Amino acid sequence: MNGILVLSHSAQAARGIAEIASQMGGPDVPIAACGGTEDGGLGTSVTEVLAALEDLLSRAEGVLVVPDLGSAVLTARTALEILGERANRVMIADGPILEGAFMAAVAALMGGSLEGLAAVVEEAAGLKKLP
Amino acid sequence: MKLDIQGVIKALDAVGRSLAENKDYLTELDSAIGDADHGINMNRGFQKVHDRLTAGSYADLGAVLKDVGMTLMGSVGGASGPLYGTMFMKMSSRLAGREELDTPSLAEAVEEGLKGIVALGRANLQDKTMVDSLTPAVEALKRAASEGLPLEAALESAVEAARTGMESTIPLVARKGRASYLGERSAGHQDPGATSVFLILSAILETAREETA
Repeated sequence: MNGILVLSHSAQAARGIAEIASQMGGPDVPIAACGGTEDGGLGTSVTEVLAALEDLLSRAEGVLVVPDLGSAVLTARTALEILGERANRVMIADGPILEGAFMAAVAALMGGSLEGLAAVVEEAAGLKKLP
Repeated sequence: MKLDIQGVIKALDAVGRSLAENKDYLTELDSAIGDADHGINMNRGFQKVHDRLTAGSYADLGAVLKDVGMTLMGSVGGASGPLYGTMFMKMSSRLAGREELDTPSLAEAVEEGLKGIVALGRANLQDKTMVDSLTPAVEALKRAASEGLPLEAALESAVEAARTGMESTIPLVARKGRASYLGERSAGHQDPGATSVFLILSAILETAREETA
């Protein structure tokens, strides 16, 4: 089973989005949230992402990182650089954070591959809410 | 002249003081075109660096700069955390085993740091980023190294090149980072990241001057 790391500038946003995604993924899909600076401000921390990835990799086949905005992507990329070979089991997704994490949780529950999860996050950009 | 391990730690402390003094200035630049956190973030990061370096003991420059890089990655918060963190980590690998910083080793290390920043952030010249002041500074350092200039003179030319690069960001339209969402409205403002590069180099130059005085 693949896991998901929700990475937002806001700790509260990350936790909330992870909570919504977990509702779809249920107890079997490993989902974690990262965000905010050490002193409670807005931002992301390479150290925190690294620790979360190491934890998720210990209980998931692979991990899809779903970041919010630009510098969260840089933080994730830097953490992957430090992870070295284990980064082969991690991908960074390019799509809307809430809808993407939500759809990826469903895909993970259905046994989707890491590439498959990344693809649904990209597709989530076109998700229509109003019929 | 060269900077030894204590000299480099002094220079990094000077960087921390300069970023503390310029915290509001950087934040003001960032509030015009970004998320108004660059001054706060850089100040927090380098205060943590100060604490870490004060508590540590170091056998070579590589170990000093590795601690700087890891601390910035964990504590800065914005894009400058991974970017400056990567820069110092790349510099640290170039300076492993070295106990003194001279012009050639500084030029090599900063060039390696710039490569790391470009690989991570994928910014080109004139995207209105830190790359616009760091690239000319690296070129100045390499020129100084090939001319055999001492560290202080090399840093002087790097600071001047960084200043010109920093000022060149004013008319540019941002193509990377938070400012790029503003499009044309980002023109007319100096880039905060290009400015912090200039401030950091200036603080290192001041330390080099004091150490030779």
